[in-house]
Amino acid sequence: MAESTEVLEEKKIKVKEREPLFSKKNKKLISDPLDENNPITIQVLGICSALAVTVQMKAAVVMSVAVLFVLILANVSISLIRNLIPNRIRIIVQLVVVAALVIVVDQVLKAYLFDVSKELSVFVGLIITNCIIMGRLEAFALGNKPWPSALDAIGNSLGYGMVLVIVSFFKELFGSGKLFGFEIFGNATEQTGLYAMGYMDNGLMLLPPSSLILVAVYIWVQKIRNPSLIESH
Amino acid sequence: MDLVNIFIRSAFVDNMIFAFFFGMCSYLAVSKTVKTAFGLGMAVIFVLVVTIPINFLIENYVLQEGALSWLGEEFSSVNLSYLTFIMFIAVIASTVQLVEMIVEKISPALYGALGIFLPLIAVNCAILGGALFMQEKQFATITQATVYGLGSGVGWFIAVVLIAAIRERIRYANIPGSLRGVGMAFLITGLMGLAFLGFMGFEI
Repeated sequence: MAESTEVLEEKKIKVKEREPLFSKKNKKLISDPLDENNPITIQVLGICSALAVTVQMKAAVVMSVAVLFVLILANVSISLIRNLIPNRIRIIVQLVVVAALVIVVDQVLKAYLFDVSKELSVFVGLIITNCIIMGRLEAFALGNKPWPSALDAIGNSLGYGMVLVIVSFFKELFGSGKLFGFEIFGNATEQTGLYAMGYMDNGLMLLPPSSLILVAVYIWVQKIRNPSLIESH
Repeated sequence: MDLVNIFIRSAFVDNMIFAFFFGMCSYLAVSKTVKTAFGLGMAVIFVLVVTIPINFLIENYVLQEGALSWLGEEFSSVNLSYLTFIMFIAVIASTVQLVEMIVEKISPALYGALGIFLPLIAVNCAILGGALFMQEKQFATITQATVYGLGSGVGWFIAVVLIAAIRERIRYANIPGSLRGVGMAFLITGLMGLAFLGFMGFEI
């Protein structure tokens, strides 16, 4: 029995060598972080920036794109040099690679999207210490080939972006009645649209604690839909 | 008075966790027991007090526009501010390494308490965030910057010890399954943040 399974496994490995680019395993690398292995709600990584930049959808989208860019390039480059990095100084090597990429992002934002860059302020710099990036580098890129690392980076940053966009959707819609800066519920100062009927914005949605509560609700809903994720304390 | 004000502001009004969410990852990871939370909180205070003055000096004598003029006239137009991130993170990572070695030599007891947390701190956003905010606030003297570092560290410490105590208390509470663990930690932090909003506009 044992021998036959070993032979089977050997066959599997031989087949794996000529794996197609989007095999089932590779597709899982992208789809898993979107739901059951979401970096924010399940792995609990990269929360600082996720909570702080969600007051406006525009900032949230820009932030997600910045993280996508940094994470893909960092994951691929660390994965390329993974056999050359001495284990003792790997954190410093990772920090330098990530910091260089973040400087590029910061300069591009300052040049082309100055208002968003002002609003994100220190949080662009904090991508360096964003735990998603360090976490994925440590957990995945150091032990895998460049192509799966790139897919893992895409999946995780999409999962991160998804939570950011959903949270900022509720915060901007109910906090200031806008989406991407467009007035959905009418103009609050001129009392048009819903405001004419006495509707008022919920100022709490613009304050920091509301993002925490919204993420908590997100986790709650996610775990109700998928009970296998429930923790036992 | 000014220093007291900076301290109160950074510790309570602009609390790192509740106002800016700095260092949330480690905050959620270590807040299961008060003991570990206490250790990491102390380490954060320690590292902030050490790295913020160093980063203040680097910012004012190397990075800022015209900061290099002490080298001579021809350097007065050099602006290295685009190197901020990489310089700050390099300073933080190397200081943390140094501090770890020094503490290990001088005080093994303290090392035993902080030891495992120190390397983690290099990648804690609270430290880099503190340095970047120090840069943004443009403090006039190094004392002010150090007090800011101390205040931020104390604020982080208070937050992490408080939530660890709450999480220890609610361990045996009957929480709905889908909120157990991280979900509940988020909710509690949100409620604590609401309470801390009461400090808004507080000045001495």
